[in-house]
Amino acid sequence: MDFEQLWSPVMARILPKKDVVIIGLGWTGAVMAQELTDEGLDVIAIERGPWRDAPTDFPPSQMQDELRYRVRHELFLRPDQLTFTFRNKVDQQALPIRNWGAFMPPNGVGGGGVHWNAEMWRFLPSDFVLKTHLTQRYGADFLPSDMTIQDWGITYDELEPHYDRFEYLCGTSGTAGNLRGKIMEGGNPFEGPRSRDYPTKAQPQPFSHTLFGKAARELGYKPFPQPSGNLSTAYTNPLGLRMGPCTYCGFCEWFGCSNYSKASPQTTILPVLVRKSNFTARDNSEVVKINTDRSGKHATGVTFVDSSGEAWEQPADLVILSAFSLFNAQLMLHSGIGQPYDPATGEGRIGRNFTHQTTSSVNGFFDHTKFNFNPFIGSGSIGMCIDEFNGDNFDHGPHGFVGGGYVGQVQTGARPIESALTPPGTPKWGTGWKNAVRDNYLSTVKPGTGVHGSFYAYRDIYLDLDPLYKDRFSRPLMRMTIDIKENEAKQNRFLTDKFAEIIKAMGAASLAKTYRTAPYDSTTYQTTHLNGGVIMGADPKTSAVNRYLQSWDVSNLFVLGASAFPQNAGYNPTLTVGALAYWAADAIRNQYLTKPGPLVDA
Amino acid sequence: METGLGPVVSRRSVLLSTAAFLIATSSRRTTAKTISGVLPWEPNGGNPPVAAKLGPWEFFTAEEGRAMEALADRIIPPDPQTPGGKDSGSAVFVDRQLAGGYGAQEGLYVRPPFITGAKNQGTQSEGGPRKEYREGLAALDRACQAREGGKRFADLPDDRKDQVLKDLEEGNLKLEGVDGKSFFALTIKDVQTGFFADPIYGGNRDMAAWKMIGYPGARYNYLDWVGRHNERFPLPPVSMTGRAEWTSNNSGAR
Repeated sequence: MDFEQLWSPVMARILPKKDVVIIGLGWTGAVMAQELTDEGLDVIAIERGPWRDAPTDFPPSQMQDELRYRVRHELFLRPDQLTFTFRNKVDQQALPIRNWGAFMPPNGVGGGGVHWNAEMWRFLPSDFVLKTHLTQRYGADFLPSDMTIQDWGITYDELEPHYDRFEYLCGTSGTAGNLRGKIMEGGNPFEGPRSRDYPTKAQPQPFSHTLFGKAARELGYKPFPQPSGNLSTAYTNPLGLRMGPCTYCGFCEWFGCSNYSKASPQTTILPVLVRKSNFTARDNSEVVKINTDRSGKHATGVTFVDSSGEAWEQPADLVILSAFSLFNAQLMLHSGIGQPYDPATGEGRIGRNFTHQTTSSVNGFFDHTKFNFNPFIGSGSIGMCIDEFNGDNFDHGPHGFVGGGYVGQVQTGARPIESALTPPGTPKWGTGWKNAVRDNYLSTVKPGTGVHGSFYAYRDIYLDLDPLYKDRFSRPLMRMTIDIKENEAKQNRFLTDKFAEIIKAMGAASLAKTYRTAPYDSTTYQTTHLNGGVIMGADPKTSAVNRYLQSWDVSNLFVLGASAFPQNAGYNPTLTVGALAYWAADAIRNQYLTKPGPLVDA
Repeated sequence: METGLGPVVSRRSVLLSTAAFLIATSSRRTTAKTISGVLPWEPNGGNPPVAAKLGPWEFFTAEEGRAMEALADRIIPPDPQTPGGKDSGSAVFVDRQLAGGYGAQEGLYVRPPFITGAKNQGTQSEGGPRKEYREGLAALDRACQAREGGKRFADLPDDRKDQVLKDLEEGNLKLEGVDGKSFFALTIKDVQTGFFADPIYGGNRDMAAWKMIGYPGARYNYLDWVGRHNERFPLPPVSMTGRAEWTSNNSGAR
């Protein structure tokens, strides 16, 4: 029996119809559920993983466990449930990612919001009109011929109120750099204008951050505190939920926050949402297909399989696909909605413009008799950064590449398994290694990310279904074809060298500098900022969803998340993901519900 | 509120894979439920870590255990201030990890076919770490016996052990049927992971590694310290099970 027969609606018991079915209860699913239940709609959210919350999944007595959560990935999706195949080139045999490496996809209620670092960056105004902007400034010939960057179909100004909403939902701690057009001392002077200040002040900075700030200023840059979803102070959000000040325990990324200090669906939305009589959630249940009627242009609901292997059909008038970016693309392909992308012709909507993030780092080793950074004190997004080399904040003309990123010292907490570093040239084992670890742990600067660069889109970097490998439901795995292109490698070399100059100027005795180079490596962690595959845009030929994240093919289907990014900017994606969810919710509430159908004519 | 939903289709393969997943991940509820009205909070619903038990080897044979302790003590040699890999429990850590989910490749994608690919496509091994250790330790002993006058690795003097490991690392000593360089890299990673992990898992006994580097352990709150710059944090480390002097019977592995 093949997959189609196995989960056909005939085999599934049909549940009572809902107004809205939401696939995936992470950040975007929670935002959308909150908005649409406020509208009075009857909403069910179906989540593949378990319900998660601090008392049961990451209480303070258990959470500071690097082996369990970081090394063994306990809060993440496990590859035996679902994974991907990977290759660099179209003519290469793709092989399954058997254990996570380059990225670690989320699973469970709260999604990646449970175990993220909580960096809260806005994209630059020019990022949303990237193709137009770069072509106007440098000419079309400046871009590599296989680069397929596009404008987003929306502008920064349109998104600004929604950025603001998500920042206030999360209680974001930061220092404004551009308040309604006025450049503010101490903030990021390159950011787009914000309508009001951050809800809470920036987190205080540990020693290495103040050194980074000083060195950066002396080199002529304008350093500022990284905007953070780990809060500097107690905060009550617009839904009335209260968050506590961060304790700088150093267990954010890979870990859940026991202290209700990190913005997550759990801390900012779910306690309110779950009490609403028109909201229901179903956990440990994986949606395997979005069902459409005979026309293929109208979604009738979803089919999901629960933890005992039973199939159910949940009919609904409106379907919100709000899983993690890769799973959005995968479910579109499995559901046969939208023409799959073909790199040979450049045609097709689903799977195109798949991107990641071009990251690297520089570790600084300081004289341990003079420097003690207490590197275990940190938060996931505490940091001092500069933005001089992001996006198009500098003239790319002399450099021969486009894109950029922020660089910064972000002391996320030196958990010892990953952070017992030694200077270059140290043996990997034995007495020499042991002594070097002892002498360097407290005096090493190990930036959480360091160099956080953009990743632009290319014709032959894409997602499709693998012809060979299957998942536990006998569905084809999704295949990732991805590599580091020359433009990104040049960008990274430039940024890494600039970053290393600052670390050196802080007083480091030696540096360990690692560039991001081809081939793309699936085995070493980069970020989990995977984007694209179901991209937004103004042209239905080159995008899968319109500017409101509404499917061009099925107008009662909206696809949220970073899968909508036409290409990735040099920032962490979550704030833009959250803002887009509010933007789409606003379009549904104020336009779609009064007149269901396409919000943009194809 | 929970809604019981009866079975419609029974798919044995799915049931089996789901059952394995349940055992693998946690003792918490992993069956599907419908949630509405209240947060699904359960008293004492936490899922504490499983402590490594004291006692005999769980995965290694006696001979393998001896080799592993000898390896651990060369990867992390003892010095007057800090015990080595053997006395701090790294070999016990590796044994308990191999006996548990790590050894069983729990949660990993282990469906065929297993095709050799590029290094950057990741491990494509069917046997996993249990097979790698079983074959690697045996091959190491065979290589030592052939080269070092009939002696197994654990019976060599320290300087000869180090020479063997250096040759393995540089690819100058080949192991029969095993990639010696990769196997040694794996043992380095696992032994050092045990050295720095919470002592509850059998390594880092008495928080020896944390004391050595100045990591204060599971302390949770540095609010008063984030603004104190270039000043040594004065308190000794604590583990998830506290510190030896806090309890008379010192629960947890040590």
